[in-house]
Amino acid sequence: MISFNQVHKRYPGGYEALKGVSFDIAEGEMVFVTGHSGAGKSTLLKLIAAIERPNSGSVLVNNQNVGALKGGALPYLRRNLGIIFQDHKLLFDRSVFDNVLLPLQICGFDHRESAKRVRAALDKVGLLKREKANPIALSGGEQQRLCIARAIVNRPAILLADEPTGNLDADYAREIMAIFSSFHQVGATLLISTHDESVLQDSGVRRLILKEGVLQ
Amino acid sequence: MTRAFALHLGVLRAVLRRMFASKLAGFLNILVIGIALSLPAGMYMLLQNAQGLVAQLSDAPQISLFLEMNAKAEDVDRLHQQLAQHPAVAGVGFVARAQALEQLKQSTGLSDLISGLEQNPLPDAFVVHPKPGDAQSLDRLRGELAKLPGVKEAQLDSAWAYKLEALLKFGRMGVLILASLLSLALIAVTFNTIRLQILTQHDEIEVAKLIGATDGFIRRPFLYFGATQGLLGGIMAWFIVTVSLLLLNGQLGALAQLYASQFMLHPLSFGDSLSLLLFSVYLGWLGAWLSVARHLSQIGPR
Repeated sequence: MISFNQVHKRYPGGYEALKGVSFDIAEGEMVFVTGHSGAGKSTLLKLIAAIERPNSGSVLVNNQNVGALKGGALPYLRRNLGIIFQDHKLLFDRSVFDNVLLPLQICGFDHRESAKRVRAALDKVGLLKREKANPIALSGGEQQRLCIARAIVNRPAILLADEPTGNLDADYAREIMAIFSSFHQVGATLLISTHDESVLQDSGVRRLILKEGVLQ
Repeated sequence: MTRAFALHLGVLRAVLRRMFASKLAGFLNILVIGIALSLPAGMYMLLQNAQGLVAQLSDAPQISLFLEMNAKAEDVDRLHQQLAQHPAVAGVGFVARAQALEQLKQSTGLSDLISGLEQNPLPDAFVVHPKPGDAQSLDRLRGELAKLPGVKEAQLDSAWAYKLEALLKFGRMGVLILASLLSLALIAVTFNTIRLQILTQHDEIEVAKLIGATDGFIRRPFLYFGATQGLLGGIMAWFIVTVSLLLLNGQLGALAQLYASQFMLHPLSFGDSLSLLLFSVYLGWLGAWLSVARHLSQIGPR
């Protein structure tokens, strides 16, 4: 499903975020990407969504070389991905409902079908009662769950989550992880970056460990 | 098809909501566009009216040939034939001096005065209808006919109309220049409005790009906004022109009465009004498009 082959990523200014990273993730697999801040976890996720492009090597998603995709094809790649951003990227000028609605509007779903899907997604993350609230009124954990709802509303085959438990206390973090597990159980492919050791304990999940841009 | 239509309708609805959310700023923009467009549109309307007037008066330019007072009947016949065979002449009418006097009596109401005259002061005359040509060729013809034997004087009746026509051409060029400049102003206004909108919606655009929005999807509301603003500006311009016309016609009515004339300004025709609206929509769209093309690429990711 996702395949990295000798991927190098150097940012302008010379900082090397990834150095010859290779790995494969099968369909329906759930994988953690771990490592200290600055180890290249975010870069790795951004390469999959073609938010950044590799300097050399190839990144394949569904056997498509996303590093070589033309600008016009990018939107259609991203519609197959559900991305949970480290900084949430929620829109505070609209309600919780409308935040989750955005991906469906982009894909051109009709109104009734959209509303149904939005409520289903909000229900899954336990925010159904807050649909009219402004995201700014939500707690950190709720905002994170809203982010997840927006990422899954389009029923993507692949979910990318960048530090989804970053600033959350242990209870919230466990809640979030439970939500991810439930997606894994229904067949989604998940790639979750985290430096949070507590969520990694006792999970028998595969881990990609990055250290200074190199896969351990 | 209906789904695509519903989508576009949804975008339009969102755009209108946004426009009416900032009532004052939106209204001021529309007013600026309206005033900018009303100047050339109003001048165009005045020119059209002048044009109509000229067309009425100079429908068929004609040359009046006045003969010597002592012209004999055979001279007149010879001249008649000469004129009829002239290559630049389409038709000739003869007005005998007695007939001319009769006409003068009837048309001016001076019959008492004229009846008191001892002899007919009017000469025989030909009315020559030239074949269509420009002012210069008509003038040349007039000069040529004036030199024919027996002709005392040749008058080109519609010379002033040609001068007015030239003046109108000058005016039309002025309107064209003004319209071009103010169109640029309209594009600039839209460009700036859209630029500000893009800045305030920076986050939304970025997120939308990140979750798979095409450039078309992102561009669409801004283009609709520009076009809608242009349309409302065009309607505003139309109202400004039309209300001004009504005000002017009120005064003109009194003025025309003094000259025993029925002259009234005609409003913009349906076709011209439609052109005005379409043009303003197009300019709004263009301004928005330029702005979007310029500013959207600055918002990441690619």
